Amino acid sequence: MAVPARAPAAVSRTSPRHLSEPAWIRAVLIALALLFLTLVLLLPLVTVFAEAFKRGAELYFASLREKNALSAIRLTLLVAAIAVPLNLVFGVAAAWAITKFRFRGKNLLLTLIDLPFSVSPVIAGLVFVLIFGSKGWLGPFLADQGLKVIFAVPGIVLTTVFVTFPFVARELIPLMQAQGSAEEEAAASLGAGGWRIFWKVTLPNIKWALLYGVILCNARAMGEFGAVSVVSGHIRGKTNTLPLHVEILYNEYNFSAAFACASLLVLLALATLGVKGLVEWKHGKR
Amino acid sequence: MHIHVKDLTKRFGGEDAVTGVTFAIEEGKLIGLLGPSGGGKTTILRMLAGLEQPTSGEIYFHGQRVENLLPQKRGIGFVFQNYALFRHMTVANNIAFGLDVQKRPRKETKERVHELLALTGLSGLGERYPHQLSGGQKQRVAFARAIAPEPQLLLLDEPFAAIDAKVRKELRTWLRELINRLGITTIFVTHDQEEAVEVADEIMVIHKGRLEQKGTPWDIYKEPQTPFVAAFIGESNLVEDCSRLKGFERAGGAKAMIRPEFIELFKFGETSLLSALEQGVVRSVFFRGTNWEVEVETGAHRLLAYRSLEKETLQAGDEVGLLIHRLYRFDDRSGSMVENTGKTDPMPIFI
Amino acid sequence: MSRVRPFGRLRPRSRTHVLPGFGLTMGFTVLYLSLIVLIPLSAVFLKAASLSAGELWQILSHRRVLASLEVTFYTSFAAALLNAVFGFLVAWVLVRYRFPGRRLVDGLIDIPFALPTAVAGIALTTIYSENGWIGRYLAPLGIKTAFSPLGIIIALTFIGLPFVVRTLQPVLEELEKELEEAAASLGATRWTIFRRVLLPELIPPLLTGFALAFARSLGEYGSVVFISGNMPMKTEIAPLLIMTKLEQFDYAGATAIAGLMLLLSFLLILTINLLQWRTSRRMLPR
Repeated sequence: MAVPARAPAAVSRTSPRHLSEPAWIRAVLIALALLFLTLVLLLPLVTVFAEAFKRGAELYFASLREKNALSAIRLTLLVAAIAVPLNLVFGVAAAWAITKFRFRGKNLLLTLIDLPFSVSPVIAGLVFVLIFGSKGWLGPFLADQGLKVIFAVPGIVLTTVFVTFPFVARELIPLMQAQGSAEEEAAASLGAGGWRIFWKVTLPNIKWALLYGVILCNARAMGEFGAVSVVSGHIRGKTNTLPLHVEILYNEYNFSAAFACASLLVLLALATLGVKGLVEWKHGKR
Repeated sequence: MHIHVKDLTKRFGGEDAVTGVTFAIEEGKLIGLLGPSGGGKTTILRMLAGLEQPTSGEIYFHGQRVENLLPQKRGIGFVFQNYALFRHMTVANNIAFGLDVQKRPRKETKERVHELLALTGLSGLGERYPHQLSGGQKQRVAFARAIAPEPQLLLLDEPFAAIDAKVRKELRTWLRELINRLGITTIFVTHDQEEAVEVADEIMVIHKGRLEQKGTPWDIYKEPQTPFVAAFIGESNLVEDCSRLKGFERAGGAKAMIRPEFIELFKFGETSLLSALEQGVVRSVFFRGTNWEVEVETGAHRLLAYRSLEKETLQAGDEVGLLIHRLYRFDDRSGSMVENTGKTDPMPIFI
Repeated sequence: MSRVRPFGRLRPRSRTHVLPGFGLTMGFTVLYLSLIVLIPLSAVFLKAASLSAGELWQILSHRRVLASLEVTFYTSFAAALLNAVFGFLVAWVLVRYRFPGRRLVDGLIDIPFALPTAVAGIALTTIYSENGWIGRYLAPLGIKTAFSPLGIIIALTFIGLPFVVRTLQPVLEELEKELEEAAASLGATRWTIFRRVLLPELIPPLLTGFALAFARSLGEYGSVVFISGNMPMKTEIAPLLIMTKLEQFDYAGATAIAGLMLLLSFLLILTINLLQWRTSRRMLPR
C-alpha cells in the first residue's frame, strides 16, 4: 500500500503562546503519544533482543551458526540478490518513462505498478501456485521438463520479485516528477545522447532516492513471509528463508533460537531506517 | 536567410498554441519574441530548438530542413528560464558539458572554459556549485554553457524573468553587448516590452499563437499593423468614435487608440492653432519623475496626456486645449495611423 | 564567427518525444509489468471464472469462510480506527511540539514498514501471551489478548501505524500559520481553532490514512498468524484460510476467497486514489 513519499522531517516551529496549547496539555499529549508508541513499537523490538539473549550469548551465536539457520540466511541473501537488482532496473526504467515523457494513461500505469502493494502476500503466493503449481497452468509442462518452481527456489524468487515490485519505482517517480526535465533538455540541447543524459545528469540527481528505494526493496525482499510461505514448501535447509526459519523454530517452541534469528532481521530493519535517516539528512542539506 | 520558418503550427490537446507562423531571420541578428504570457512564444522557441515537435510547418537553418531533427543535432544553444544548470556539477563542468559531448581534447576544453569564465565575468567561480551562486551569476553560467560549443543559433527563454529588477537592467546591457561581439544569431523570448525594445534588433509580436507583426522597435511603435500591437506597445487611450474629435472628422467613425505622448496640452495663450484644439478640463495631475501625467476630461472622453516639466504646471480644474497629433484608428483586424488634418490651421490668426 | 555544424541525418518519421529512450523504457516497463504482475494476477480471476456461479456461492457462503471474512474485516476496521486516533495524536505531537529525541521517534515510526511481519508476529505474541510482559497483567483481569481477536487487533495496529502518521505529517507541516493567527486575532480559543480551522483540513488525509491502514490490515498474514491462534470461526483470518485450502489442494476454494479479497482491495485502492487525487497529491501532468 502506498505510503506517500515524505520530505525530510521538518523542524517543528516553536509556536508562540497564542498559537499553541498550554504547556500542561502539551506535556500530557506528548506523554500519551510516547506511551502509545512505546507499547506498540518499542516493546516488540526490545522483546526480540531480550528473548534472544535469554539463555545467554553463547546460545545466541550457536543458533545463528546452526546449519539450517545458515542455509536460511544464504537463501534469503540469494533471493534478495536477484529480486532487488531486477526491480531496480524496472524502477528506473518506469520512472524515466513516466516522468520524462507525455502520454496518456499515466495514472493507470501508476495504479498498475502499485498493485502488488495492495495484494495480500498470501494471495501473491497463491497466484504463482496457480500458474506453476502441480495443478496449475504450467504444472504439467514443468513436471515434464523436470523443472520445479513451486516448493523450490525459483518460486520463492518470483514471488519476492512480485511483492517488492513497486518499491524502487515509488521512490523515484515523485522525486523525478518534482525535479522536472529541464536539466535533461539542457543536456540534449548541448548535444548529449540518451545514455550520457541519464548517467551524467539524471542519475546524480536521484542517487539518494535510488539508494533508499533499493534499501527498502531489500528489506522487504529479505523479510517477506506470507507470500514465500505459500510457495516454499518449508523444506528445511533447502527452501526456507530466514523468516520461515524463524517460524519453524517458534512453532517448535525453540524460542531463543527463533528470536536469535529474528534479531538479525530486526538489525536489518534498523539499518534500513538508518539509511533512510541518512538520505533525508542529505536531502535536507541541498 | 539564416533561419526560415514556414507556416509553423503546434496543437496541444484540442487547442492551437501556435498557428501558421512564418518568418525569416538574417544571420547575426538579435530577435525578440514579445507577447503576453501563454501566447505561444516559448512554444515557438522550443520548436526551433527541437524540444517540441511542430504539428505542421517547416523550419530551415541555412536552407536545410530541421524540424524533424533532434535538438542534439541542430547546433543550437538554449538558455532556460530557470537556468537548468546541472546541480551536481561545478560551474566549470557545466560549461564544459557541451565540449565534452563533442569529445574535444581536455586541454582545449579547459582553455575554452577559462576563456568563457572570463568573458562572462565569472573568473574564479569555476569550482563553485550552482546553489552557491546568485541569480545573476547562474544566468551567466547558463549563458556560457550554451555558447561554449559555438552554436549557430542561440535561444533564450525569458532569460531575465527570475532575476531582481536592478540586476536585470545590468544583465540586459551586458547580454546585448556580448551577443553583438560574438555575432551569433539570437532569438529571445520575453513578455517585458521595455526589455524587447531595449535589447532587440527586431521584434516579433506574438499573440494567441499568431505573429502579429515583425519589425524594428521603432517601426512597431510608429506603425502598428494590428490593434493588439498598437495596444501592447507603449501606453494608450481608447476612444469609441474618433470622428468626433477635432481634426479627425474625415477619418470615418471607428475606434481609435491615442498615445499620451501624441497629445499636447496648451494653456490659454500657449499656441495659436486654436481651431484644431479640443477643449478640456484637467481632472488630476501626477508627477512621474520625467514629466507630468495629466488626466484631462474633454467632452465624453477622459484622456491621459503628458506635460513637459519645462512648461507651466497644470492643476486640477484648469481649462486646457488638447492637440491630438495622431491616433491609431482600427477595426477588428487592422488599423492605421491617422494624422490630425487640422494641424495646418486654415484660419491663422494674425495679430 | 559561429561555426557551422554538420547536420545529422534527418530522421524519416517525426518523433513524438524529445528526450531519448521512450521506446526502450516504456517497452521494458510494460513487458516487465505484464510478466510479473498482470499475468499472474489474472490467473486468479481466470481460475475463479472457471467456477460456476453456483460453486462460487457454495464456497463463499460456507460458515467458516464467512466467519474468517468477518474476523478479518472487523479486526482490520478496529485496528485502523485505533490507528486513526492514536496516529493523529502521534503525528500532531511530532509535527507541532519539540521534545528531546523527537527526530529519533520520528524515524522509528517506519519500523512496522521495514520489519518483517513474522518477527513482529512472534514478538507481539510473546509480549501478550499469558506470562508475557503485558499479558501477565491483563490475564488476572480476564482480558485475553493472545489467541483472541483482541490480539489480532493489536498486531494490525502495529502494522498500520505508519500509514496514518505518514499521511498526516506532510499535511500538518504545510498548514499555514496565518490561518491560526487570523482565527486567534478574531478571538477564537485554541479549542475552537482546532475544531473549526485545523480539523477540517486534516479530515481528508486522516481518511486516506485510515483507508490505507485498513487495506493493509485486510491482507496481513505474518504478524497475525502467531498471535491469533488461528481458531476456525473465532480467530481465523481470511488469508490463513486461503493458505489452509491451498495446503489441502483446494485450489478452487482458495481462489474463490482470494478473488473476493482482490475485488475488495481494488475497490479500496480506487477509493484511496480518488481521495488522494482530490487532495491533488498524486496528480501527474500530462
